[in-house]
Order: sequence, then C-alpha cells, then structure tokens
Amino acid sequence: MDVRSQISMVFHLDKCIGCHTCSIACKNIWTDRKGAEYMWWNNVETKPGTGYPTKWEDQNIYRGGWQKTNGKVTLKGAGKRRGLTNIFYNPNLPVIDDYYEPFTYKYLDLIESPEGDDQPTARPVSLITGKPIDIKMGPNWDDDLSGTPDYGRNDPNLKNLSAAEQEVMFQLERMAFFYLPRICNHCLNPACVGACPSGAIYKRGEDGVVLINQEVCRAWRMCVTACPYKKSYYNWHTGKSEKCILCFPRLEAGLAPACMHSCVGRIRYLGVLLYDADKIEAAVHDDEKNLIDRHLDIILDPFDEKVIRAAKMNGVADSTIHAAQFSPVYKYVKEWKLALPLHAEFRTLPMLFYVPPLLPVMATVKQVDNSDQAEKMNPIAKYWDDNWLYDTSTKELWGTLDQVRFPLKYLASLLSAGNEDMIKDKWKKLMAVRIHRRRVTVGDVSNEKADETLREAGITAEMADGIFYLTALAKFEDRFVIPPAHREQAIEMLDFTGDTKGEVGFGIKSKIRRGL
Amino acid sequence: MNALNNFFFIALPYMALVIFLVGSIYRFTYKGFQFSSLSSQFLEGRKLFYGSVPFHWGVIFLFLGHLIAFLFPREVLAWNSQPVRLMILEITAFIFGISMLVGLVNLLVRRYTTPRLKFVTNKMDLVIYLLLIFQTVMGLWIAYNFRWGSSWFSTLLTPYLNSIFTLQPDITVVSLLPLTVKLHIIGAFVIIGLIPFSRLIHFLVPPIDYIWRPYQQVRWYWGRRKVRSPRTPWSVQRPKNN
Ligand code: SF4
Ligand code: SF4
Repeated sequence: MDVRSQISMVFHLDKCIGCHTCSIACKNIWTDRKGAEYMWWNNVETKPGTGYPTKWEDQNIYRGGWQKTNGKVTLKGAGKRRGLTNIFYNPNLPVIDDYYEPFTYKYLDLIESPEGDDQPTARPVSLITGKPIDIKMGPNWDDDLSGTPDYGRNDPNLKNLSAAEQEVMFQLERMAFFYLPRICNHCLNPACVGACPSGAIYKRGEDGVVLINQEVCRAWRMCVTACPYKKSYYNWHTGKSEKCILCFPRLEAGLAPACMHSCVGRIRYLGVLLYDADKIEAAVHDDEKNLIDRHLDIILDPFDEKVIRAAKMNGVADSTIHAAQFSPVYKYVKEWKLALPLHAEFRTLPMLFYVPPLLPVMATVKQVDNSDQAEKMNPIAKYWDDNWLYDTSTKELWGTLDQVRFPLKYLASLLSAGNEDMIKDKWKKLMAVRIHRRRVTVGDVSNEKADETLREAGITAEMADGIFYLTALAKFEDRFVIPPAHREQAIEMLDFTGDTKGEVGFGIKSKIRRGL
Repeated sequence: MNALNNFFFIALPYMALVIFLVGSIYRFTYKGFQFSSLSSQFLEGRKLFYGSVPFHWGVIFLFLGHLIAFLFPREVLAWNSQPVRLMILEITAFIFGISMLVGLVNLLVRRYTTPRLKFVTNKMDLVIYLLLIFQTVMGLWIAYNFRWGSSWFSTLLTPYLNSIFTLQPDITVVSLLPLTVKLHIIGAFVIIGLIPFSRLIHFLVPPIDYIWRPYQQVRWYWGRRKVRSPRTPWSVQRPKNN
C-alpha cells in the first residue's frame, strides 16, 4: 500500500445554475494574458451540447486519452512512438478555430467617431490580428442552445442513442438540459503527463495537483492532444502549454480555488482523498465496465487504522489525514457513492467527481385538460394555450424514473461509461433524500413510503440527512476542507503573482518577449 | 585575398563557435523560458505539414550525414569504395536535400501568406529562413556540380574542420575550393553563430529522454519519508521542482 493524498473535487450538477461566475473568477486571475485569451481553464457548458472546444468528447476527432488494445493501455494520439514520430507536425492538434478566435470590440469608436447620421458601432476585432472579424464562435457560444441542430444535436454523447430516442429527447415539450462545469480533473493517470516529451508536466506528490513547468515546456503540444478533456491549452504567444493549476497558491494559503470560492450555486466541494498508488496500474488496465469500480476502489478509508499507519509511514502529514476524515469529497464519492467521474472510459482516472443531475429528469409532462382554466382567463391576457403540464408531485416523480424526460443513456454515456444502472442508483438515492426530507419537513409522506424508498436506495435516514445537509445547507468550511499546507514545507512558494499580472506565464518575474 | 580567407575560414568559425557555446549556455541559464521554438501550428494547422515535415526529416538526415563524414571519414570512404554504395548515398542525400528545400519554401510561403502568423513572426525568423534556403540551394548545387561530395568532404574538409577544433587552423585546402563550396562553409558557420539568437535553439533540447522515461511523473517537494522520520534532520535537500 502506497498511500498518497490528493486534493479532490465534487461538483453537484443539480445545483449549477450556469451563471459562469466560476469561469470569470478563473479568467480574471489566471488567463487574462495575451495568448491566453481563448483559454477557459474553467468552463461551463450546456449539455446536451458540443462543448468547448467543439465536440471535445469525440476522440475520433481529437484522439485524446488512453486506449486499451490487446491488453495494453496506450495513449491514443500521443505517446512515445506516436509522439516522437509526429514531433515535427502533430496531426491531432486542435487549432484555435476549434475553440474560437479571441476577440474584443472597438469600444473607442463609440466615443471617438465623428458626428454623423449613423449611430457609431463597436466592431469586433480579433485579439490575434487586431483586424475586424466575423465572430463565428465565442466563449459559451452554445450556452442554453441544447435544442438547436448545431449544438444540442451534435453532442458526441448522442451517438449511443438511437434516432428514436433522440427524437423523443428533443421534443420541445420534453426538452431538458443541464450545465456541466469543467476544470482540469487532476487525474491519477494523467494523459497530459504521459504525453509530454520534455517531462515538463508532473503531478505533485503532496496534493496531486498536475502542473506544467513553464521553463521546461518546449512547445511540443502533445499534452493538448493527449488530454481527453482538452484541459491543457497551448498559449500561441508564449509558446508554452498551460492548464488549470487548481489555484495552488491559494490552496497553500488555505483558500479555496477561485472558481469554487466564487461559485454562486455552491455546487463545488473540495477535500482530501487518500488513495493507494499501487492500485492505479491495475485499475487503468481493467475492462471498461469495471473502470469506475476500480477507480473508487483506489480511494482509501481515512478512518481505517491500517490506512492511517501507512499514510504516516509515507510522510502524509497528520493534518492532511485529519482533513481527509472530514473531506466532503470522501463523503460524496465513497461513503454515499453519489458522485461519478466524467467519461471514465478515457482511463485517466479523473479526480473530479460529479453528482448526476436529477432535476432535468424529475418533472414529467402530462397532457391535461385545462379548458375550464382557459375559459376563466381574460381572453386578452396571455396564457400558455397548450395542455401540457409539469407534474412535480412526489408520487409521480418517484414512479417515473424509467420514463424520465432525459434519457438515462445520455447521462450514462457522460458519467458512468455507459452503465445505466449506476446512474439509476444515484438517482434513486437523490430521490430518496428528497422524499425523506419531505417527510421530515412537510410531513405529507407516509413513514412507510419514505422508509421504503430509503431502503430501496440503500441509504439510511442518517445518511439522507447528511446528504441533505451537505447539499443544501453546507457552509464554506463544510464545502472546502483544505489541509494546512505547512508553509514551513510549502510546496512551491510562489512570488506574488500580481507582480507579473498580464505578462507571459505567471510566477515568472522577468519580462519575456517571445517571437523566437 | 589572403586576409579574406583568414577572416572567413579562421576568424568566422571561431567567432561562430564561441558565440554558439556562450550564447546557448547563457540562454539556457538565464532565459530558460525561451529555450524552445515558438510553434505556430495552433494558429495554422494544415499548411505546416507540407513545410515542417519534409524540412525536418531532410535537415536531420543531412546534418547527421555531415557529422558522420566529419567524425568517421575513413568509414565513409570505405563505404564509398564501391560505386553502387556511393551512388545510393549520394542520391539519398540529394533527395533529402530537395525535401529540405521544398519544406523550407513551403514554410516561408506559409508564414508570409497566413495573416495570423504575422503576429508570431519576428525578423530573425526571416533571416533564418533565407539563410537556410541559401544554404540548401548551395548544398544541392555543390552536390550536383562537384559530384561525390561525401568522398571529397571526408578527404578535404574533415582535415580542415579537425584543424579548427584542434586550434591549429590550416586553410590551405579550403582557400583553393570553388566559390560555391566556400559560400556553403561560410553559411554553415553563420548559421551556427545565429543559433542562440533564433528559434534554431530548440535543436539542442530534443526530447530524447522521453524514450526511457516512465510515462507518469510524480514529484515531491520534500523527501516525503525523510520529513517524517525523527532521525533525519529537517534540513533535507529540496528536490528541484521548478
Ligand atoms: S484533465 Fe487533462 S490536463 Fe488535467 S490532469 Fe487529466 S489529462 Fe491532465
Ligand atoms: S459559478 Fe457555480 S453555479 Fe455558476 S456556473 Fe460556475 S459552477 Fe455553476
């Protein structure tokens, strides 16, 4: 047993309101520099949708992640042989148009245009060339466009759904969507690290943050190809790749990462997980259907005496073990088994877990006869004149898990490598928590029914209360349990990053001109 | 004439070599961030293929060819003792030369016809492109007009280069060579001298160790077991992360 600690995350998708505050917080701190304008280390996409970069999940296009062929796990589009033979030209590199060409507006024209007959306009100009451009794409371009042919229907996850299923899904009355906030997953088997020919990318042993050393990066761009989540970005101005750093300077100071701190929906949780590094290799090589179980199996119980002893032997600080015991992430992922990794089939063992959204599946629509109501209404007043109604009664909710608005298959393709039972299992739990809490707070649910649903979901009333608390009421300290970094042994003491704000890279003190 | 020969074949080589050595070490030590080539594939990803690939494979083959002829002249001569093998070597080299030239021209055209690339291009890039094209054309010209270069390089130029490296420059042979060959030699040293100031620097850091490195890399800031052990002092050496 080789016990290590990892700062890990849970995003509760039911709570995300798609406000993009997280993206803005991140952009303002880290990527407001030349060459980094197009980068969103944190982005929020609408699902179903094509995402950012467009169709990133389709590895037939981007060739990211690991693949298992004949029992061997290799990088799909990079690696030693493929990476080195393609070093002069990377055939699988996304180009800037796959993200979008960064732009701004000529705001000054609004003020400085000479007087004339027309209203002055602020034309969009490219942030690369400075020339006027026609904007074809931008940040969150597909925001809330889940019903549209260009975005919603081009979601790579739909390939697992039959045409009929897709038709049903996109019926206007049944349309549902949710938001998927994404950051780097700080994987246990990071493809970006594996693909870097210069060895510039590494995982920090102490907390599992995956970083790119800007001085060692030589612009081979293999990490951009290899990361199946497309969370390693190439800075065209500095000629270096950059990625989410999990705000490690903040973490070391005991602060939550900016995206998490600012999250309006309070969907984000961060805490320590202890894991057994010896099990990684076997887990990565297992069959696709076992991947998630093996992944969760790597995570260790921080209360187990044996684990604690092994952790101490390995130099994990007592405070870190303590933090692991209070970790909200451990609760969601292991204790309650509510959270799942995104696209486990990429085999990078991502350490960011998602609680599948229940809301898009909850309410079903029924046809009702609302003619009396319509009659009573003032004919001039606007009213919804069709007869579909959302049924949000608890009874209906519980009974319709199999006939949900949102196909189970779709979520399974996103969060459980295609295993529908796994998603159903989470949904049952989420449902049971609601019914249990309704019994407690409103009291219109019978004890038998509530107990039965709890039993069916395989959780106890205490667990349900715990889930309720952490989901709905949790305070800052409950959501973010950050172990002290021990400044005396802090991992990468950083210069004040404000000093180099707007320069190339961060943490680099000297002014650097590129173009060589 | 003598003064010119002295300058171009004694002074220039030494200047170039010193600049190359000192400049590269300086750039590595103090400008580590810039020790790479600024890739532009992200801004233009199609035309690059037809430039970068033929150029790089061509230049690698030819660079190694020149290097081998310099390091192992006797073996090269032995190989060339059979006309068929000599032909094979010369023709292959010529093909790689053409590949290099095609690649370079494509790169140059790409760089100056793609609007976005103007913003990641500097003057040195143009200088390097033109120099390399000049050098390649000279090389092809020489290969075509003064046949069997692989043989006469080993007999004529290897001794000259040796004399440079052993600090007893002897230019009697080079000063008698045809002008094109002279230009080729001069071009070579100018390029060497420009390496520290241009994107060519990236050839010094090929990612060779990737071949034997394990895929995953985990780094600890502290020797993790040592920190906890009461028997080791707290002044343990920090492993270098950055
Ligand atoms: S999400 Fe991508 S960039 Fe982040 S650690 Fe995993 S492979 Fe690397
Ligand atoms: S800030 Fe929170 S709620 Fe808003 S989009 Fe980001 S993750 Fe969702």
